[in-house]
Amino acid sequence: MARAVTNRRKFIATLLAWTVAMLLFFPILWTFLTSFKTEAEAIASPPSFLFFDWTFENYSTVQERSNYARHFWNSVVISVGSTLLGLLVAVPAAWAMAFVPGKRTKDVLMWMLSTKMLPPVGVLIPIYLLFKQFGLLDTRTGMVIVLMLINLPIIVWMLYTYFKEIPGEILEAARMDGASLRDEIIHVLTPMAVPGIASTLLLNVILAWNEAFWTLNLTAAKAAPLTAFIASYSSPEGLFYAKLSAASTMAIAPIMILGWFSQKQLVRGLTFGAVK
Amino acid sequence: MSTAHSRTAARLMISPAVLLLLGWMIVPLSMTIWFSLLRYNLLMPGMETFIGLDNYRYFLTDPAFFAAFKNTIILVLGVLAITTIGGILLALLLDQPIWGQGVVRILTIAPFFVMPTVSALVWKNMFMNPVNGLFAHLAKSLGLQPFDFLSHAPLFSIILMVSWMWLPFAALILLTALQSLDREQMEAAEMDGAGPFARFFHITLPHVSRAATVVILIETIFLLSVFAEILVTTNGGPGYASTNITYLIYAQSLLQFDVGGGAAGGIVAVVLANIVAIFLMRMIGKNLDA
Repeated sequence: MARAVTNRRKFIATLLAWTVAMLLFFPILWTFLTSFKTEAEAIASPPSFLFFDWTFENYSTVQERSNYARHFWNSVVISVGSTLLGLLVAVPAAWAMAFVPGKRTKDVLMWMLSTKMLPPVGVLIPIYLLFKQFGLLDTRTGMVIVLMLINLPIIVWMLYTYFKEIPGEILEAARMDGASLRDEIIHVLTPMAVPGIASTLLLNVILAWNEAFWTLNLTAAKAAPLTAFIASYSSPEGLFYAKLSAASTMAIAPIMILGWFSQKQLVRGLTFGAVK
Repeated sequence: MSTAHSRTAARLMISPAVLLLLGWMIVPLSMTIWFSLLRYNLLMPGMETFIGLDNYRYFLTDPAFFAAFKNTIILVLGVLAITTIGGILLALLLDQPIWGQGVVRILTIAPFFVMPTVSALVWKNMFMNPVNGLFAHLAKSLGLQPFDFLSHAPLFSIILMVSWMWLPFAALILLTALQSLDREQMEAAEMDGAGPFARFFHITLPHVSRAATVVILIETIFLLSVFAEILVTTNGGPGYASTNITYLIYAQSLLQFDVGGGAAGGIVAVVLANIVAIFLMRMIGKNLDA
């Protein structure tokens, strides 16, 4: 009897959860399906769901007309580059704050978080003019610098919460065994820190890949990553739903796969370690 | 472990990050303040003159500012309401024992990884378009008149698009918080005769309140600066119906080339964000274990 009730409850919960999940996922699925239609089928009424002539034409058209691969590569360089540069600055900082905490460590961390509250539009004009002055407008170097700076607080925070979990006793034990500082860092600390650094890297690549304020304002034809390239579809000529879908699918697919792998780290990273 | 020697080393290790962020804040911000006191238009280079607080007077008395201010508040509060309430409900649902939980989680979180320009264009064209959009097809098949979302309810449409991205985020974080809930406490409460609502309000809700405040903090940071969704769908229109403060300042500076006016707007945005930030940091400072 109790068993039957539990099973019925599980059935209803499953049905509800799947319905909500499918509704949330539907726009992505629809974009994916539309990318394999012809433009005429893409706007056909009533729309066909699966039974159309599947074609890969849109993908090649998008590449031929706008050199899609170039923008894709821009996205890769900008997101990975800014993250690596950010790690280079943040790893020592987070390390010092976690292992040699001072009286003001917490203040520094909170202050770093507060810089995230600075609305980007408040510094848009100076950054735009400085970039113009130094020839950084529409360059990948410029975007790597800006995205590194805006994500730096998150990188430091994430690393800090990971490093803080490395127990100090292990270091003492290693020292008792006669390990030098060098040995300590190479053989004890680094292996324990690598998973945290990897998760930080993953999450920040995702954030930088999808950043769409600075990339839209500071890039044009040359250095535009996918966020800015896709925006050019907002003033279309002729039929374009299928091509928009193909371009969109390629833009979101890689990051969605990374994202699915990093769900746990995402929660921890984006909540600054408050929710684990 | 913290000898004087290691303290100096620690300071050296922290300083690059601090100096970079300090520079990122101070240099452009002081430039913005300086520009905001000038009559400075990019179309008239070399004609900059000092005009004191005039830019602020123009910006703050411009009806567009009031419209944008109101829209910003509606947008932020609207999305926060939808995503936190919806997020708690969704998290409660996903916390139940269900078949295929892993797949459901993956499908649910997916919208969070879609870049804003893609999500906005997909919603605008393939769903909300009054002729070819899926909603229009749906309305027609039900014998209804298709609704032109972006012309007749632009702000609402943008709230919908932005919520679609942030609802999964809120749900995922609240779900993580729910999973650390003590089952025994729940069962004890049930034995004592507490109904599902009593259990929700007295045990579940207090337990996730910390995660919920963090969700509100993070979302507010991003929602105050919603930009791409507006740029690629409505361009702030019709009129100023979907212009928020971020978009208004962008338009003033980079479309009308009015650097002085845009800079004054930028400072106003910084002040407003600081008011929100002080409030939020106070609420949340206790919740971060630094």
